[in-house]
Amino acid sequence: MKKTLLAAGVAAIGLSLALASCGNPSDPKLNQTGGAPDLPGIKETLVPAMKISPPAGWNGETPTVPQGFTVSAFATDLKIPRQMLILPNGDVLVAEGRGGHAARLRPKDVIAGFIKKQGNTKISGGDRITLLRDADNDGVPELRSVLVENLDAPYGLAYVEGYLYVAEQGALTRFAFQPGQTGIATPGERVTVLPSRINHHWTKSLAASADGTRLYVGIGSNSNIGERGLAVEEERAVVWEIDRATGARRTIATGIRNPTALAIEPTTGLVWSVVNERDELGPQLVPDYLTQVRDGAFYGWPYSYWGRNLDPRVRPQNPDMVARAVKPDYALGSHVAALGLDFARDGGFGGAFADGAFIGMHGSWNREDPSGYKVAWVSFSGGRPVGRPVDFATGFLKDGEARGRPVGVAFDPTKRILLVADDLSNTVWRIAPSR
Amino acid sequence: MSIHELSGGWVRPLHRLLLAFPIGLFTFALFTDIAYLKTAEIQWTNFSAWLITGALVFGGIAGLFSIADFALGVRRRRCRRALVHLVALALAWVLGLVNAFKHSQDAWSSVGALGLTLSALCTLLVLVAGGIAYSARETL
Repeated sequence: MKKTLLAAGVAAIGLSLALASCGNPSDPKLNQTGGAPDLPGIKETLVPAMKISPPAGWNGETPTVPQGFTVSAFATDLKIPRQMLILPNGDVLVAEGRGGHAARLRPKDVIAGFIKKQGNTKISGGDRITLLRDADNDGVPELRSVLVENLDAPYGLAYVEGYLYVAEQGALTRFAFQPGQTGIATPGERVTVLPSRINHHWTKSLAASADGTRLYVGIGSNSNIGERGLAVEEERAVVWEIDRATGARRTIATGIRNPTALAIEPTTGLVWSVVNERDELGPQLVPDYLTQVRDGAFYGWPYSYWGRNLDPRVRPQNPDMVARAVKPDYALGSHVAALGLDFARDGGFGGAFADGAFIGMHGSWNREDPSGYKVAWVSFSGGRPVGRPVDFATGFLKDGEARGRPVGVAFDPTKRILLVADDLSNTVWRIAPSR
Repeated sequence: MSIHELSGGWVRPLHRLLLAFPIGLFTFALFTDIAYLKTAEIQWTNFSAWLITGALVFGGIAGLFSIADFALGVRRRRCRRALVHLVALALAWVLGLVNAFKHSQDAWSSVGALGLTLSALCTLLVLVAGGIAYSARETL
């Protein structure tokens, strides 16, 4: 009988070890970027990798930028800066806030929610838009004002012909506005309601078409891969096109899990998005991506990833939809959490950074070896991405601690600067060529 | 000697009340697992996750009583049933913990073949542990 007890004890210890050793290392030889990323097999673990990089201050240091560039803090003490917009007169708008009101449905939601919170700022979201004016382009704003407040988790911003469009987490709102104004007193006008039930992925990205007649809104999925039921995924994981004159909307892309930033490619006028893909299939699945948002395209979520690679977790399966799934244009790496996208325009910074896109990568949690935590550059040629991504701003992660987490990026072709919103240190960084 | 004899009579009913929870909760988690696998209706696996968590909490406390009871009675001659009870309960708890992590995976992976097997094993083991405890005359 004592042997039985011993055996049971050994079994118990063995199982605990199996649980604890959730080590699931990445293979550095895999190429996870570009048009044809290497996709390893699915590796689900009982305990998902949750590698939170604990926040640490910058302590006077700054991100690392390429030779020939300088970086400085353009604005500090913001309240969770996310996306930015550079107005025709050069003023900078910063949307600040945090949204989402997903109920905790399982013990996991309670535990994982607590753990992920350790990697975020303790500040509460501003629910406002801050205006920064640096007319002489010396890197120090002469004016800082709160343009609008009491918003509901504002994220995407666009300006078209006398209107400032703000994608809040539950509605697209517009304000009559002329560049030069430093405050808005008139109440906003609702353009359209946006899906906001649960709002697991609450950010609503926004871009205006090149001619200003249309607005594009990115709406993220309501779950990782449908674990809240597919009924709550109606009009989620989609990109809407809204006719600015009539307010009529049309869903142009579906199955696009979390399109966190939209931007217009300047040479073609086509709309592109960075998209966050699913978690818990292993450290190197699934690559987040950069893609042209093709009219009518289905990008696979939740049934499949990177084209027709089946996600076995989704039931009932849908082979017809899987057969329709298109591959995105360009992989950015798994779990990098791409949240920012802006194109260099009018020659960009010249040299290696003349034609292409800056991409803000918030950084991973679902892998042991952190990825992202930087601003990357993807070169374009003829309106298409080419080559591998290049680091543009790094140093957000140091000695396993996160000093900052990049979100939105905004390139100003007039001043030749790139702004990077950092929602961990609540800073907007300004990167400019050294003079 | 057992902890039930040591106390003023309240330990035995408390121990058995606590034990009733993992018996009911593990068993129902098996039913909700089956319901999920038959319908793919997410709410069933959400139920399973909470049922298993509850079984672990109450089963864990009941297990502490069982361990104390066994440790105090180990010198007695007829402790075999207490040992089988303890081993069954401990295994149910450990497998239940694995199952709790299994149920934290998303959608179909939260149950699947492994989750269903673990739920069935937990149910079986906790029924054995309970059967012994409830039929015991002296200890437990």
